[in-house]
Amino acid sequence: MTGVSTSRMRAAARVTAKPTAGRGGAAIPAGMMPGPAAPLVNPGLTRGQLLEIHRHLRLTRMLEDKLTALYRQGRITGGLYSSLGQEAISVGTAYALAPDDLLAPMIRNIGSMLVRGVTSLDFFAQYMGRYDSPTHGKDGTLHFGNVDKRSLIGPISHLGTLVPVMVGAALAARMRGEKRCALTYIGDGATSTGYFHEGLNFAAVLRLPFVLVVENNGYAYSTTNDRQFAVASIAERGPAYGVAAESVDGTDVLAVYAATRRALDRGRRGEGPTLLECRCLRMKGHAQHDDMRYVPKALLAAWAKRDPIDRFERFLIAKGHATKADLEAITRAIAPELDAAADAAGRLPMAAPEETLKGVYSEPGYERPWWPAESAGAGR
Amino acid sequence: MTTTYLEAIRRGIWEEMERDPDVFLLGEDIGVYGGAFKVTEGMLERFGAMRVIDTPIAEGAIIGAAIGAALMGMRPIAEMQFIDFISCGFDMLTNFAAKNRYRWGAGVPMVVRGPCGGGVRGGPFHSQNPEMYFVHTPGLKVVAPATAYDAKGLIKAAIRDDDPVIYLEHKYLYRRIKEDLPEEDYVVPIGKAAVRRAGSDLSILTYGAMLYPCLEAAETLARDHGAQAEVIDLRSLLPLDREAIVTTACKTGKVMVVHEDTRTGGIAGEIAAIVNEEAFDHLDGPVLRVTSPDTPVPYAAPLEDYFLPNTAKVAHVALTLLGY
Repeated sequence: MTGVSTSRMRAAARVTAKPTAGRGGAAIPAGMMPGPAAPLVNPGLTRGQLLEIHRHLRLTRMLEDKLTALYRQGRITGGLYSSLGQEAISVGTAYALAPDDLLAPMIRNIGSMLVRGVTSLDFFAQYMGRYDSPTHGKDGTLHFGNVDKRSLIGPISHLGTLVPVMVGAALAARMRGEKRCALTYIGDGATSTGYFHEGLNFAAVLRLPFVLVVENNGYAYSTTNDRQFAVASIAERGPAYGVAAESVDGTDVLAVYAATRRALDRGRRGEGPTLLECRCLRMKGHAQHDDMRYVPKALLAAWAKRDPIDRFERFLIAKGHATKADLEAITRAIAPELDAAADAAGRLPMAAPEETLKGVYSEPGYERPWWPAESAGAGR
Repeated sequence: MTTTYLEAIRRGIWEEMERDPDVFLLGEDIGVYGGAFKVTEGMLERFGAMRVIDTPIAEGAIIGAAIGAALMGMRPIAEMQFIDFISCGFDMLTNFAAKNRYRWGAGVPMVVRGPCGGGVRGGPFHSQNPEMYFVHTPGLKVVAPATAYDAKGLIKAAIRDDDPVIYLEHKYLYRRIKEDLPEEDYVVPIGKAAVRRAGSDLSILTYGAMLYPCLEAAETLARDHGAQAEVIDLRSLLPLDREAIVTTACKTGKVMVVHEDTRTGGIAGEIAAIVNEEAFDHLDGPVLRVTSPDTPVPYAAPLEDYFLPNTAKVAHVALTLLGY
């Protein structure tokens, strides 16, 4: 059995401390203030790779900003969940995977899907409920996948369910003699589900190459860690399942990447699953409607200084990988791309109402185009 | 060769595993022990531990893992040791497996099977008939064979189906029912009912273990009352064979439904609605039903015998219907 990496648990982003009074009088629950930030360390990535990671991070944030703007204009509806402050977790983990490793994003992992090659147009079409979207308008948010082309499995809203499902995906790969790992995400809140336990235990028993990333952003909707579980770090649960566990600073994209690589290496060596806690703070409400008045201002202010993209950009500049002007140019180039993709999605047709009745079961002759970028306007 | 209902299921699974390397089994005590009822006996030895997987006691993980494997193109068969425990994987079936194809187009070709039903003094948690939880869920299929022939043909159809199928095998029938089965490969199509006894005076629609009291009651009616009952074995509950239901309703004008499942929300209500919608002008009486009462399945013999439908109850309601 591989034990908890205790040194890394101590080096995790948050410090364990007694509750402190926030500026607005609201108490900050124990352990939620960020600990001292360790300097970013390049785990051996090339300049090209570093800049690719940067683009994914920046694109994630700008894409979500654009989606927020569309939401406020009423052009998209339903749940819109932000990964602000958590982008490094999505991008760092997904970037560590091989292209055919199996990946199951949750609702705050738009960055993971971008790394996997899902396009802005796909997301806009999906959120706008267009026919030429991955779900034909039958589901929203990030609720889609494509196993064949992207090794991507989509979530449902019932939290924790992806854990057993990805165990099955990893099991299938093993049966076929394929060396693919599986990775999925779960929030701090959903670690309380039965599926977390059932799935992680099953993965451990089968010693599957499986990485369970816990995005501990401090809040499950409005519920804090101390009302969710009684351990100081979720990584403490690893040894109880006989799995390796680590806790890393979720605002350090390179630390997240490196920890994921270690987990994948363990999996490929046949050493079984890893429980990887990435600590951060959810910098927006649960979804767009939530003003998160329950989050102490002082807590937000402290974590704002740990913005994952700012940190990574400072690292890139300090190490000479890019200039401030280079990074600004990247940002400037993304904005018109997003505008064009949103406009293109807005021009795509909605499904005919009768589409409602199609595709519940396998139907001969009923084929769905998958991705608007590949299929828009084709064959219809 | 004379084959029991249980052996028919076992042979069906075995043949499909020989035919298709993507078919595999997972469940509790199905490997070394061969399953609590021995449906998977010998399979570990023949197909190996990679394809016959003993799991932790975690039905949510069993069904969830089956879904993940099915999304990868495998054809998993998940065993519930007793079908009562399928409730532990309810979300996985009703929200993940059932809706995936509709949502993003990826089908989930898997089978969840297990012993259902009463009559063996199993008590409230080893005797249930949970079909209607799932019949109410678009995206799932639900089958319930009553004969050894259908048990084999339907398990094969379920395994080959591209959508999730819940296969309800009645434990009372496991070793009580046997018949000669063909040597050659065959399937029983999902969604097709069977006429078990032709008749013109009334229609008795049923499925699973209740087929046998219905057939006995039909013989009683013929012998003692000169009435010919048509007995329809639904075989599939989702999709329902609407055509067979409407055809027999139009033929006899008198329809009754018999099921072991409890009364409220049972399939009888749905069948009554179909008959109303599509055969009302042909009716010569109300659609009546014989079901278990709306209680849990009781344990002690006098209570369970009171609970379950039987030949006398079916004949009694049939005579009422014939009186119209």
